[in-house]
Amino acid sequence: MQNRESLREGRVRIPSGCAIAGIMDRSGSRHDGSDILKSIALMHDRGNGLGGGFAAYGIYPEYKDLYAFHIMYESRDARTETEAYLDKHFMSEKQERIPTESVGSIKNPPDIWRYFVAPHPMRLNMSGLDEFEYTMQHVFHVNGQIDGAFVASSGKNMGAFKGVGYPEDIGEFYRIQDYRAWAWTAHGRFPTNTPGWWGGAHPFTLLNWSVVHNGEISSYDTNRRYVEQFGYDCELQTDTEVITYLFDLLARRHGFSQEMAAHIMTASSWDDIDRMDPERAAFETALRTTYSSALVNGPFSVILGSDEGLLALNDRLKLRALMAAEKGSMVYLASEQAAIEVVCPDAENVRSIEGGVPFVVQLDEVARRKRGESAENTPSAKPFKHEVGVLPRRRKEA
Amino acid sequence: MKRIYAIESWCIDCRRCEVACKTFHSKSKNTVKAFTLEFPAPRNRVRVEGGKTLSLAVNCRHCAHPKCVEGCISGAMTKNPKTGVVTSDPEKCVGCRTCVSMCPFGAVRVEDVVDKGVAYKCDLCGEVLGEPGEPSCVAACPNRALIYVESEEC
Amino acid sequence: MLDYLLPRYKVERDRDLCVQCGVCERSCANEVHHVDPDLGRVVADHAACVNCQRCVVMCPTKAIAITKWPQVDSGSANWTLGYMQDIAKQAQTGAVLLSSMGNPEPYPIYWDHLLLNASQVTNPSIDPLREPMETRVLLGGRPGMLKVNEREHKLVSPMPPQIKLDVPLMFSAMSFGSISLNAQMSLAMAARELGTYFNTGEGGLHRDLEPYAANAIVQVASGRFGVDPHYLAAGAAIEIKIGQGAKPGIGGHLPGEKINAEVSRTRMIPQGTDAISPAPHHDIYSIEDLRQLIFSLKEATRYAKPVAVKIAAVHNAAAIASGMARAGADIIVVDGFRGGTGAAPKRIRDNVGIPIELALAAVDQRLRDEGIRSTVSLVAAGSMRSSADVVRAIALGADAVYCASAALIALGCHQCGDCSSGKCNWGIATQRPELTRRLNPEIAAERVVNLIRGWNHEIQEMMGGMGINAIDSLRGNRLMLRGVGLNEKELEILGVKYAGE
Repeated sequence: MQNRESLREGRVRIPSGCAIAGIMDRSGSRHDGSDILKSIALMHDRGNGLGGGFAAYGIYPEYKDLYAFHIMYESRDARTETEAYLDKHFMSEKQERIPTESVGSIKNPPDIWRYFVAPHPMRLNMSGLDEFEYTMQHVFHVNGQIDGAFVASSGKNMGAFKGVGYPEDIGEFYRIQDYRAWAWTAHGRFPTNTPGWWGGAHPFTLLNWSVVHNGEISSYDTNRRYVEQFGYDCELQTDTEVITYLFDLLARRHGFSQEMAAHIMTASSWDDIDRMDPERAAFETALRTTYSSALVNGPFSVILGSDEGLLALNDRLKLRALMAAEKGSMVYLASEQAAIEVVCPDAENVRSIEGGVPFVVQLDEVARRKRGESAENTPSAKPFKHEVGVLPRRRKEA
Repeated sequence: MKRIYAIESWCIDCRRCEVACKTFHSKSKNTVKAFTLEFPAPRNRVRVEGGKTLSLAVNCRHCAHPKCVEGCISGAMTKNPKTGVVTSDPEKCVGCRTCVSMCPFGAVRVEDVVDKGVAYKCDLCGEVLGEPGEPSCVAACPNRALIYVESEEC
Repeated sequence: MLDYLLPRYKVERDRDLCVQCGVCERSCANEVHHVDPDLGRVVADHAACVNCQRCVVMCPTKAIAITKWPQVDSGSANWTLGYMQDIAKQAQTGAVLLSSMGNPEPYPIYWDHLLLNASQVTNPSIDPLREPMETRVLLGGRPGMLKVNEREHKLVSPMPPQIKLDVPLMFSAMSFGSISLNAQMSLAMAARELGTYFNTGEGGLHRDLEPYAANAIVQVASGRFGVDPHYLAAGAAIEIKIGQGAKPGIGGHLPGEKINAEVSRTRMIPQGTDAISPAPHHDIYSIEDLRQLIFSLKEATRYAKPVAVKIAAVHNAAAIASGMARAGADIIVVDGFRGGTGAAPKRIRDNVGIPIELALAAVDQRLRDEGIRSTVSLVAAGSMRSSADVVRAIALGADAVYCASAALIALGCHQCGDCSSGKCNWGIATQRPELTRRLNPEIAAERVVNLIRGWNHEIQEMMGGMGINAIDSLRGNRLMLRGVGLNEKELEILGVKYAGE
């Protein structure tokens, strides 16, 4: 933690390249972290040892109704302050230090804790916000306002394990073989101009969302300034952060399916729209026009994790690699085909994910449920935080 | 054949066509020399008629049945049967002005050169008599009041 | 009274090149040149020259150059020749000084202090020759949130009307009367060819332009000239003009001598009378009145057309724009102080208003601070000199830009600033038939189309360099800009970092 503060995410904007991988069992059966570890380790050269991490879904079934906060601390003071803050706004069921293994290459790790919490019912009620918005705003507060504390993940029955190092070392450090999850994602990081820091490693998470990403989005500031209108403060200034917020805004707030949210972010080209029948063209035009600032541009491949499953997405021009394969109820995603074959040599349907076409993997039970649901999106009726303030919004720009 | 048409609604009476025509039909092909040095002075064949409020660049129509050729007494005025270009041969021309009086458009003029009058008219800027070229008046017109386009009959 | 005014320009004629063909004489409506048979040369009335450069361009031998009148000033950096000449003029006439075109004073041009980004290594630049490079923009009000049926791919919530631009640029308002019908026709033809829009200005829609109405934005300004239900219904969008960058806070005055039969019919006013546009709309004394007008126009057109509201960039533009958005404007147009005009009082043109760059950045940020930027479209106007200015404007936050001066320059305008005399030698700012005839819309439209196509290619190349293949991703993308030679406050208002940061 002696790195120069000025080079951290949040202080400067950092473009980066990376390796990503994801493994999921659609049936919901849980598997330990050894496969994902093997898969990401194979792509060692796509990272540079400045960041690695994992997101795992289904790891805390005994606390599945509680938010599991993974929080990294630089100091004891930061922990004291954060815990006092959490005590005020949440009811904590359990808190503990996350078990870690000492690994030679991992230097100077932070103090990492987890908390299983529920929003304080009265405060939640008084805030006028829904539960997600409430939790999200408090996560933002800890990350933005408490010096030396960082919420690595904040979803239910899921968690992120990340840090500075190669992903295989990070996995060993967190003992991810000890966790059993129905979906795993992993990230090996190649930041181009920063020493890397624990909180800034990926996956980036928010509530149940986790995002691993390879690429550099050229639409960053357009997307950032769009989501910032709605109370998402892009503190880290990373692509992954803004992509996560876009998914949160479109899927959670505007009520679109994840697939539609991904479609909005990689909208149909005008050439394609011009060839559609008028009604479909009007539909696509309306989406593109209304959500024009949510279009994500530049090279990227993304794996989004959520309580529904995984979603893989490539930029419209397919400027980054991302492969998919299946075997029975298992689905494998990785930047390189070899990283799939190393854990599943007889994988079927090996294919590259098309540019701009969301690849959706849902839990069987989720898919079943969705089929019975209305195909109309239901925008959240609850207000955004910025809409209920007493004082004017502080100016965030410049 | 391609003919030059004058569009009166766009003619702005600048007479750049006249300057360009005169230059093309000079020995030097240089405007300054054409206007100041050459003798006999080169003649422009296109002529802008009218003035500020209404003007038109009058030019030979290269008629399908040209009256000027019909009336020529010396065989100087001919229509090239292949290209359709009507030209006057200054060597053969005797300056009788029959062509001037027969042309329904006033597109032929006889000007006095050193020893006789010679009929001058548009030759479509051909390098060789009877062959069409790229008319310099059309190129010089700033307002597309002169256009050089394919037309019916030869 | 002896005229104390000095000539402004001097006609330099190269006697070696001049062939006395008289093209210059016939080209000049100010009667500067005269082929004098007695003297055997061409003489010039220097004082009449306005430096429109028509003769320079027309001269077959390029024998003419216009220079400054070589008179030295008093030597004072304070009492410059310019100020002394203005005083001499007013002492002579007792009138308000009249001027045309945009503010020419040496105020900062922020475009020139903003540099663009390009991709290197970590992110590939995109080759516009190989990949689709989308410059289409839709303008109109937005719901902010859509309700759709995902399975049937159908809209559930209605989408407000939009206009579609294939290039991120429209031609700003110039009325028939202030410019010639041929000039308007040229822009109309170019707009149709380019897939964008021209703006009628406050002068009605001439019947000859009705075939181009689908590419017209019809303006409603304080004089309400030419406005009737047919006019409103004809255009693709309606624009309420509150102010103009060249003359914020004042109206317009088209003198009676320019109101010929055609202008009179199109403006729906008697021939020969002065057409006076009041400084304010006399039915808009506050923001709630603006809302009434916006909705009157929407009612009148059955909510089928977006309504734009245009203001001059003034000190409080950001707050005003926010009010406009909340008053129901679908498109907000901000016109900077460099914006052109056919006629404006010189002191107003040169001293009132603020730069578009700062106004645009402030308006965009203010709308975002209020969370309403995504519900309106924002158009910047007031001197877009090149495709790079357009890219900068969009990166600062504009959806599209309006440009007029650049288009007029493509038509032949040489920025002499003598529009108000009605003797435009290029056939643009005049109604005299012998002069308007000089502008053949067929040629002029081609020139404008060429210009904008060229710009659009350049925009695509700059976008490609940034690794962006849709203009949506450039809008408000201020990280693509870096400042040079700007102070902290300027950077803060523009919302950009310094080069090297």
